[in-house]
Amino acid sequence: MDRDRDRDLSQPLERLNPAETVKALSDYLRDGIAEGLSDPLTGAIPGDAPQILKFHGIYQQDDRDLRDERRHQKLEPGFEFMVRLRLPGGVCQPWQWLKLDAVARRHANATLRLTTRQTFQFHGILKGNLKPAIQAINAAMIDTLGACGDDNRGVLCSPIPERSALHAAMFPLTKRVSEHLMPQTRAYHEIWLDETPVAGGIHAEEPIYGRTYLPRKFKIAFVVPPDNDVDVFANDLGFIASAEGDTLAGFTVCVGGGMGRTDNEPATYPRLADVIGFCTPDQVVAVAEQVVTLQRDFGDRVERKHARMKYTIDDRGLDWFKQELERRLGWRLGEARPFAFTSNGDRLGWLEGPDGLSHYTLFVENGRVKGEMMEALRAIAGLHDGEFRLTANQNLIIANIAPNRRADIAAVLDAYGLGETRPLSLLRRNAMACVALPTCGLAMAESERYLPDLLTKLDAILTECGLGDTPIITRMSGCPNGCSRPYIAEIGFSGRAPGHYNLYLGGGFHGQRLARLYLENVGEDRILDALTPLFRAYAAERQVDEHFGDFLLRAGHVREVLSGTPSPEIGRGPG
Amino acid sequence: MTANQITFATPLTLEHARQLEELLRTLSPEEALWISGYLAGFTRQPAVSVVAAAVAATPPLLILYGSETGHAAALAKRMEEQAVARGLAAHAVDMAEFRPQELKEVRQLALLTSTYGEGDPPDSAAGFYEFLHGRKAPRLEQTRFAVLGLGDSTYERFCQTAKDFDQRLEELGARRVQDRADCDVDYEAPAAAWIDAVLTGFAGEAATPAIVVTPAPVERVAPVARVAPVARVDRKHPFPAVILDSLVLNGRGSDKITRHVELSLAGSGLTYVPGDSLGVLPENDPDAVAELIETLGLSASERVPGGDVGDIPLAEALARAYEVTTLTPRFIEHYAEIAQSDPLRRLARPENRAELRAYQADRQIIDVVSEFPIAGLDGKTLVGMLRKLQPRLYSLASSQTAFPDEAHLTVAVVRYPSHARLRKGVASAYLSERRGIDDTVPVYVERNKNFRLPADPATPIIMIGAGTGVAPFRAFMQERALGSCGPSWLFFGDRHFRTDFLYQLEWQRLLRDGALSRMDVAFSRDQADKMYVQHRLREHAREVYAWLQDGAHVYVCGDASRLAPDVHAALVDIVADQGKLDHAQAEDVIKRLHQDKRYQRDVY
Ligand code: SRM
Ligand SMILES: Cc1cc2nc3c(=O)[nH]c(=O)nc-3n(C[C@H](O)[C@H](O)[C@H](O)COP(=O)(O)OP(=O)(O)OC[C@H]3O[C@@H](n4cnc5c(N)ncnc54)[C@H](O)[C@@H]3O)c2cc1C
Ligand SMILES: Cc1cc2nc3c(=O)[nH]c(=O)nc-3n(C[C@H](O)[C@H](O)[C@H](O)COP(=O)(O)O)c2cc1C
Ligand code: SF4
Repeated sequence: MDRDRDRDLSQPLERLNPAETVKALSDYLRDGIAEGLSDPLTGAIPGDAPQILKFHGIYQQDDRDLRDERRHQKLEPGFEFMVRLRLPGGVCQPWQWLKLDAVARRHANATLRLTTRQTFQFHGILKGNLKPAIQAINAAMIDTLGACGDDNRGVLCSPIPERSALHAAMFPLTKRVSEHLMPQTRAYHEIWLDETPVAGGIHAEEPIYGRTYLPRKFKIAFVVPPDNDVDVFANDLGFIASAEGDTLAGFTVCVGGGMGRTDNEPATYPRLADVIGFCTPDQVVAVAEQVVTLQRDFGDRVERKHARMKYTIDDRGLDWFKQELERRLGWRLGEARPFAFTSNGDRLGWLEGPDGLSHYTLFVENGRVKGEMMEALRAIAGLHDGEFRLTANQNLIIANIAPNRRADIAAVLDAYGLGETRPLSLLRRNAMACVALPTCGLAMAESERYLPDLLTKLDAILTECGLGDTPIITRMSGCPNGCSRPYIAEIGFSGRAPGHYNLYLGGGFHGQRLARLYLENVGEDRILDALTPLFRAYAAERQVDEHFGDFLLRAGHVREVLSGTPSPEIGRGPG
Repeated sequence: MTANQITFATPLTLEHARQLEELLRTLSPEEALWISGYLAGFTRQPAVSVVAAAVAATPPLLILYGSETGHAAALAKRMEEQAVARGLAAHAVDMAEFRPQELKEVRQLALLTSTYGEGDPPDSAAGFYEFLHGRKAPRLEQTRFAVLGLGDSTYERFCQTAKDFDQRLEELGARRVQDRADCDVDYEAPAAAWIDAVLTGFAGEAATPAIVVTPAPVERVAPVARVAPVARVDRKHPFPAVILDSLVLNGRGSDKITRHVELSLAGSGLTYVPGDSLGVLPENDPDAVAELIETLGLSASERVPGGDVGDIPLAEALARAYEVTTLTPRFIEHYAEIAQSDPLRRLARPENRAELRAYQADRQIIDVVSEFPIAGLDGKTLVGMLRKLQPRLYSLASSQTAFPDEAHLTVAVVRYPSHARLRKGVASAYLSERRGIDDTVPVYVERNKNFRLPADPATPIIMIGAGTGVAPFRAFMQERALGSCGPSWLFFGDRHFRTDFLYQLEWQRLLRDGALSRMDVAFSRDQADKMYVQHRLREHAREVYAWLQDGAHVYVCGDASRLAPDVHAALVDIVADQGKLDHAQAEDVIKRLHQDKRYQRDVY
């Protein structure tokens, strides 16, 4: 069935969101950037160019801690840039680490931020440092093109260091998909890497995307059960590996995941991806490309809040979607294979693979590598001849440690207090917070800077209840966009205003179930007051191995939210 | 004798004298008073050929002055008044307005000048200075002269310009009627004495008084048209201005502190125009005062002369009436004697001047009294060695048209470490640290007619300022943005873009609205090579030259020791390169711009 096409690419630009015009007139991601970079009177890139800049992996931000102060001082906001790397599967070599470490110290705020999508972000890069920083990143053989923007974002891949054969089969696919869906424009190379433009040759630049790219961001993940450590159901497109031993048979395909929502707009909601079939490894690129073109053609280009693929699917139906996809592919998807997930966290500490290599998963609180930890990792990068793998839980795996290096690396970890004896509660190990203040322009409340304190308070209550040894997934986001994927946590927070959060409860332990809004717009006291009796009840009434989220549903404290349906905006509160 | 009776002894023709007498008879005393002021103002109009105006029966006295901030100008005018009161035909004329060709006709010359830069003449005196020192200077055998210097003894070349003039006039054959006086910043008393002596000297040689006006008993006042409705505000009678706002303009992480201070002038009757400065009478840091009293073992309550207010307690006098930080050669000389200190005495010897400079450069009074302790000093002796506390000037950073009852200042807070102490500038710290919102600060307006927007707002302007030098340009642009105006181009420099871009939001707005046509910035410490405004000027040489050809006025404000000469050199080079002139010709072009008031500087 062909539905109404009045909101998609088939319409003239004037009928669409102004963002579409900006993209269309950007001369394939060029317009205004070079001029803006050389404007000496502002630390910003003026005009619409920042929207285009995102496609280059760069966000214009300002230090929000200083915003009022600087306005009062008759100074413009403290503009600075966030740069996100395109790092498929989160794989990074030690020599690359050293270069990125140097970029952070020289050009950014001397921290590396590991994200919930397995990559690095640099914060606090001033305009004048932007080009040198991008050049230095590229000198590490890593680029930033397509790390942000209305295109395919960083592609996730379970790091599974202990299953190296399977990773060796999956990772190249991850890379291929990422590269296949990269913007093809030479704008990036011209602006940042001083490539000379080819005269007259600009028009066939984007065979897949066209001049208006996608209606919105697009996200892909590859996962290997039983660990759902990339939260595959939060992605627009997911590939769930089916492996026979270490041989990759193919992937169960799921579509339509996404977290983003907007307060008081019930038409926006988090959604888990739906399984639609199966494909073999050599069909992966075609599936990815056709899902992307489908969304390119049918996605809503009028209302950006309604432009993610999850809405295209809900508006037109999953069956329509599958049919249209198969029409584009020219072949039918296979039958989905069964799969089972047991967790979505990381296994911290030492692991050893059958090949004799060791792996150390380091807990990085909210992904922020800085100070002593940064020193330690620089030292390790100097010793290490394996790889680093970033996890989608903002942690870091020092992977493929050769037997003869293990003692040295362990010694560095111990020297910096980062070894296995590091005292970390289970609650903290399983918690994540998005960046939020002071850099994120969309943040409504603290997140990265606040969650650690809140966890200390929750830990005290848990210990009192005798729950110190029980893992619970806690995630906090500074606004409803849900960058830490709080809507699939057992305890989730989304910022509403300074010091105020929505509290979500009852998500699944391994990302299989959405949480329900439990309290709206409450401060810390209300949060602690609400959670204390629930912890007590959980301690008293839980069944063997029952997770906190599951318990809340079973005991009737929270009603289940069924995956794939709009979640009622106002929760029922308890019950 | 009534106010209307006058006795004439030339230079008027009989006919004129009769007409004047006729007129005066019909006037009320107020009207007569007004006319006296009017005429006083009239004779001071520029470009009057003073020599021709005073057809000489006896040689009239020409009082030439070179002044930047108006001290020498004010003294010259006072001298003129006193001369006239003594019956001498006298005219005070700015050197900038004086036609050098007339010099050879002058028989009696009093020359008052300050010194700027590093011993240079004030801008307005530069042309006359060069003329007199050049080959075209006439022989002056018929001329009798006296020179008064205004300066500041903390500068190495104290009163250098006065010394130069004094010596040159002698070389040209002129005869000195009175020795030169070199006045320090406390110039009032020595200057008054010099004026008195000089006028007596000239009068003694004059045969007949030129004009005798006996207007008694009313005192001479300024022309009615200029009498303000409220009590007059000046350096001696400052207005207590309330601080309305005070904030730091430098963003976090800056190594500078520049304060924006908004003062209320409501009720003061003070008026100013862009280019004028505000004089601020500061108080010393109470800690510095206390430390000095303690170190010298003095009694804070001892009564000592406090200037115009009579005797007051020492602590108060040191807080309000004297400079307690600035080290002067005079202080060292006196102190050397009291302390019976050989090292200090040696330092004070004339042949050790350079060493004294070096010693004095990074030290203050407290360093000397700590290093050479003495016992039994009394407060009176101490204040006798100190200079009077001087007002500090700050360029007005606001337009009174835009902010009718306000005066905005841009104050760089002077702070630097030396000899293990953190030093703070007296006035800048007073304004920024010791006085806050709702406190009052004594102020007055100091005019600067040598830093004025073009009369025609359509005239293009180029403004060049670094650091607080941008302050008057904020006033300029506020004024110009009120109506339609010609193109305006601002060059601004400071240390760091992110923290030191003073008034960044305002410039951005002015650029957006089109009142400001262009802005170029140089942030010296944002890159490996230091980058200053003169580099930007040179980068845009072609456009700068084109603007000059379109009649642009050029304004330079800020640091006198580096910015001003570097910008000057850049302008000369631009004119030379773009106009295909040699260096000397280009210098001439710039000099002409200066004479035509198209190149104006306010540097400190
Ligand atoms: C760094 C990161 C959070 C973290 O703490 O790790 C992050 C940070 C930001 N996200 Fe996100 N998002 C991050 C993962 C996510 C995820 C999780 C995921 O993808 O698994 C989500 C939810 C999944 C989804 O896409 O629905 C997510 C949903 C959003 C949204 C909401 C999108 C929507 O459909 O409504 C926005 C806002 C937007 O796009 O308008 C957003 C926007 C942003 C921006 C760029 C804010 C902005 O647009 O100005 C944040 C930059 C903050 C900063 O200062 O660094 N981010 N963002 C994650 C970087 C991922 C990466 O490497 O690519
Ligand atoms: C016409 C005019 C306009 C002016 N406009 C402005 C303006 O708009 N904004 C502004 O901020 N100022 C302006 N000034 C300068 C201002 O008048 C004061 O001179 C300045 O604020 C310092 O005064 P102070 O009392 O704080 O410092 P003072 O106590 O007078 O101390 C200043 C002295 O400290 C010494 N000193 C300073 N730094 C160092 C150092 N690093 N090492 C060693 N010795 C040092 C020097 O001897 C200097 O003369 C202007 C001056 C003039 C003449
Ligand atoms: C930037 C600057 C430089 C100065 N340089 C000297 C100098 O080299 N020698 C000196 O004796 N006085 C110097 N002075 C002090 C002035 O000559 C003194 O303040 C004088 O009273 C100013 O008089 P005026 O208002 O008539 O110009 C300087 C003052 C300033 C602001
Ligand atoms: S969830 Fe909101 S506050 Fe947090 S990083 Fe994402 S957009 Fe920013």
